[in-house]
Amino acid sequence: MKRFVTFCTCSYLIIAVFWGSLAFATTDMVAEASKRSTNTQQVELGAYLARIGNCMGCHTAKGGQPFAGGRRLATSFGVFVTSNITPDKNTGIGLWSEEDFWQTLHHGKSRDGRLLYPVFPYTEYTKVTRQDANAIFAYLQSLPPISQSNPASDIAFPYNSQILLALWRTLFFKEGVYEPDFSKSETWNRGAYLAQGLGHCNACHTTRNVLGASQDDTLTGGEIGGMNWYAPSLSSRLEAGLSDWPIDEIVALLKTGVTERSMTLGPMGAVVRQSLQYLSEKDAHAMAIYLKSLSDNDSKISSGVNFSVMTGSLRRYLDFGGQLYEKHCQTCHGTDGKGAPGIYPALAGNRSVTMKSPLNTIRTVLHGGYPPTTQGNPKPYGMPPFQQILRNEEVALIVSYIRNTWGNRASLVTAVDVERSQGGTH
Amino acid sequence: MFRVFVFFLCFIACVANVNGGTTAVIVPDTMAERVRACTICHTGEDKIERDAYYPRLAGKSQGYLFNQLRHFRDGRRIYPPMAILLENMSDEYLQEFAQYFSLLQLPYPKPEQFSMQAEEIALAERLIYSGIPEKDIPSCSACHGDNLMGIEPAIPGLLGLSRAYITAQLNGWRGGSLMRSRTPECMYEVAKQLSDDDVNAIAKLLARQPVEGKSRPLSELSPELRKRCGHQILLSEEMK
Repeated sequence: MKRFVTFCTCSYLIIAVFWGSLAFATTDMVAEASKRSTNTQQVELGAYLARIGNCMGCHTAKGGQPFAGGRRLATSFGVFVTSNITPDKNTGIGLWSEEDFWQTLHHGKSRDGRLLYPVFPYTEYTKVTRQDANAIFAYLQSLPPISQSNPASDIAFPYNSQILLALWRTLFFKEGVYEPDFSKSETWNRGAYLAQGLGHCNACHTTRNVLGASQDDTLTGGEIGGMNWYAPSLSSRLEAGLSDWPIDEIVALLKTGVTERSMTLGPMGAVVRQSLQYLSEKDAHAMAIYLKSLSDNDSKISSGVNFSVMTGSLRRYLDFGGQLYEKHCQTCHGTDGKGAPGIYPALAGNRSVTMKSPLNTIRTVLHGGYPPTTQGNPKPYGMPPFQQILRNEEVALIVSYIRNTWGNRASLVTAVDVERSQGGTH
Repeated sequence: MFRVFVFFLCFIACVANVNGGTTAVIVPDTMAERVRACTICHTGEDKIERDAYYPRLAGKSQGYLFNQLRHFRDGRRIYPPMAILLENMSDEYLQEFAQYFSLLQLPYPKPEQFSMQAEEIALAERLIYSGIPEKDIPSCSACHGDNLMGIEPAIPGLLGLSRAYITAQLNGWRGGSLMRSRTPECMYEVAKQLSDDDVNAIAKLLARQPVEGKSRPLSELSPELRKRCGHQILLSEEMK
């Protein structure tokens, strides 16, 4: 009998232990699975945010391995070489923690405590929330590690001093996550968060002072250092301000790179192709709402017309440009400069043509180019380059002509302006 | 009377329409229209005369053209005007460009006329058809096809090109400045052993020859050279 009781007790115990461990295992598996799915969600979110921040745009050499760095960014302070941000333990960020990544993105300090140069736009990324930063980090850590050592940056004296950089930071770096403006809608705030933070519009669309600091965050336009392009003001109706555009059209420009009356080219084309076309409908809408709301800031912008009256002799001078236009440009842009909407942009009333800086127009005539291939515009039409056909004087005549015909009015362009517009990347 | 009135109204409408429509730009939805940025230099369907420098694209193999487009865009084949033009283009679209030009049939221009000394001709013929085995320089024809019309899908033909272009490319290979990032590079290995005289002789003789025949299939390439030109073939495999 005693044996029987022992047997029963043992059986009971065994069964209990078995059930217990089974129950334990199940809870564990559920927790594990839920952790995994949370992690997957975080990685997916991070992938999306990394697109919007366009990390890959700079952290990939031309034709190189994605995120493995090695792209050379020429600036007036020296040549910066971007770093490998794949999780390789020796050459990438494989040994980094979430905290290290946050220190970089938010505080602009590398893992080893070195201060970073604002060519890495931590001056904008500082606005990104910790949660979003962690998601981006999780995504980067999920990438296949690529072993690639990149050459050191070549920063000119005296800018290579960490002490001066520290001083620069106290003057120009305002650290802090984006703070919502509660007088505005949630959508507006989402748009502002994306545009001011990850989108880092301000890295290009503003004037930088001699020390390379963005002047303000009102997106009033400026030349892009080292690229020889002009990023137009997003707050002036004389340039690329969007205050009188329908929201749908702004969304279309961000997501496809073209609309009936406008298209992106050069560095902005690259931003659309690499980054903005992947915006969710909701986020594209939010960004459009924010961009449209930027106050008209025409006072800082002048048309720059450098002659007061269109005299007969001036008109005759421009007519030489007209003859060249007829020969080289008219087939696509039309006799009335209206082009073909969404395909060949109108020149009449085109703000890129008439804005004060003729740089982008001259560049486009010289080098041509295609708007970006995007999901919404996979087979764009293109502009031929003319630098191999036209002399600088002829380019100056054509650009002066299109800046002053069909109701357009802007400064005349000289062969010297054309000479200055040569070169640069993109 | 009413009929006359209607006719008059129609007439007015037509005139108004014609006046309104004279300036409209009609854009055909074709690849020919989309490659206008290319054909300004590389000549289009309506132009068949030879340009002094810009190479012909029509009828070249698709794989070769696609590789070159990617190399230009990604900075491996160094030529800034092409890099700027193609910077925002997807692989898929570049493939369509390559296909368009590979299928384009245009008559070839007449060969260029140069007087060549018998010695120069002998030198060029030796390099083009026999190579210099002791220096490990294969003949042009060993890789570019016995008729020099290229080997599918990615090795280009050598005929129908101008002397200026051939000279520039060979010299680009010699100096190592034509392509980068892919080493060893079979054409660099070959070209760096050529002298100025060799390059001039080859370029002249090639530009003098009329274009005949079609590109050869990959099976014509010997296994040894297939290995040596490995990455060319690899790239064309990649795109399938």
